[in-house]
Amino acid sequence: MNLNGIRAIYLFEMNRTRRTLMQSIVSPVLSTSLYFIVFGTAIGSRMGEIDGISYGAFIIPGLLMLSLLSESISNASFGIFFPKFSGTIYEVLSAPVSPFEIVAGYVGAAATKSLIIGALILLTARLFVDYSIVHPFWMLAFLLLTALTFSLFGFIIGVWANDFQQLQVIPLMVITPLTFLGGAFYSINMLPEPWHTLTLFNPVVYLINGFRWAFYGVADVHIGISIGMTLLFLCTCLVLVGWIFRTGYRIKP
Amino acid sequence: MQPIIQIQGVGKTYASGFTALKSVDLEIHRGEIFALLGPNGAGKTTLISIICGLVNASSGRVLADGVDVVDDYRQARSLIGLVPQELTTDAFESVWDAVSFSRGLFGKPANPAHIEKILRQLSLWDKRRSKMLALSGGMKRRVMIAKALSHEPRILFLDEPTAGVDVELRRDMWEMVRGLRDDGVTVILTTHYIEEAEEMADRIGVINGGELILVEEKAALMQQLGQKQLHLILQTPLETLPAALHQHNLSLSDDGTQLTYTFDAHQETSGIAELLRSLSEQGIDLKDLQSQQSSLEEIFVSLVHKPEHTQ
Repeated sequence: MNLNGIRAIYLFEMNRTRRTLMQSIVSPVLSTSLYFIVFGTAIGSRMGEIDGISYGAFIIPGLLMLSLLSESISNASFGIFFPKFSGTIYEVLSAPVSPFEIVAGYVGAAATKSLIIGALILLTARLFVDYSIVHPFWMLAFLLLTALTFSLFGFIIGVWANDFQQLQVIPLMVITPLTFLGGAFYSINMLPEPWHTLTLFNPVVYLINGFRWAFYGVADVHIGISIGMTLLFLCTCLVLVGWIFRTGYRIKP
Repeated sequence: MQPIIQIQGVGKTYASGFTALKSVDLEIHRGEIFALLGPNGAGKTTLISIICGLVNASSGRVLADGVDVVDDYRQARSLIGLVPQELTTDAFESVWDAVSFSRGLFGKPANPAHIEKILRQLSLWDKRRSKMLALSGGMKRRVMIAKALSHEPRILFLDEPTAGVDVELRRDMWEMVRGLRDDGVTVILTTHYIEEAEEMADRIGVINGGELILVEEKAALMQQLGQKQLHLILQTPLETLPAALHQHNLSLSDDGTQLTYTFDAHQETSGIAELLRSLSEQGIDLKDLQSQQSSLEEIFVSLVHKPEHTQ
């Protein structure tokens, strides 16, 4: 195991984060805080409770998930896309590092950054909304699992993307709509048929509900299903990454 | 002694259907400077990329110090340093960080003393805190060399090291390459500057159209370089070469107006005086004469453009 190699990639990526602190950490925390102010404090006070939880508190897991997903994807995808784009990937490819070590470095750093952002969002939310965490262990487990899975997914997008537009298209056109429609702001039980059933095909529903269950002990879908779906997505990503390195897809002609 | 690199039947056809390498066999000796010479698009970079792990070969295999570069990539790659042709660097990183990153990536523990030594050797020490984007092209090239040397490789690939580099840096670089060879590092450089191959290499390989068409000791090539030709334009055309002139290494042109004398410029006597004496004894008058030396460039061009060599 080339631990020095993993460390080099990981620290390189973390340095990049440090250099772009405003954009990579402050900006996502700030924009999420705006949701808390608008929906939590301002509008939330005029809205009824959902499943016995105040609206401001209800939206926290969903908003956290929204940031976590988009940050994990954009950070991990940029991390591998940029070396591919600029050509510096030659060094990683010519180094004695295994695919696992490369992924551990890039994805590990992206997930770390997402976790930092997640923690900061949780802390800032406290300033505007009162919330509690019923299952802290599961909350952390979900946070970790999601950050890891979607950083892995971002890595795949970064390898797949041929230009900057493709890099943005999945997070903006797929992930954000799926999160907004996945019950970040409402309980899916509030939806009429056929929308309720249709929504169950949205994988983000399981992430948000699993996370919400960890916070408040209530959710629209069973926690087991949530964890199962997330693990399924993680495995799919792992298989895809394995395939990328086996075939050299878009990184090694 | 086992060659440090053994290339066995390596071919590459890209997904587009383009065949960049047909089937290359080549052995690089331990501790030599090998120049791979060829025009643009000849397959030089593809060959290097296959050895270094940037491109998958379609056929054949490569051994570095006896280990397969695909099956035992860890062992093989830790021996190899690569300086690619393009100046690709992370713009916002400092020189020091960039070079230290490379060392870590290759699995070596941090060694600031070694990094310092390399940076000083390459006149980069003063620039160690500069960001890459603030460096000139020549400086960036030096950083890329420093990165390749950071993990103390035994084999160094320099892909077009002096393309777009000024004369001074080129001299420095040649100096550095010789220093590395003295330390026992094997250096493989690609170039399309004949001058560079002539100056640096122990052996020269000429590649064209994805095929290695010649591998030769530079000294042997220089021997061919020593061949000079003297063209003698005659006042009156000859039908045949007079028997008295047969002792000289002469050939008569088809129209009989020109004699060509081939000789070795490295020998003590060129034989020109004797030839001229023989000519005047035979009553052959000359209208003009000119001498010509074949250069490595000419040998190269004739190799690259003769289709029979590439079949």
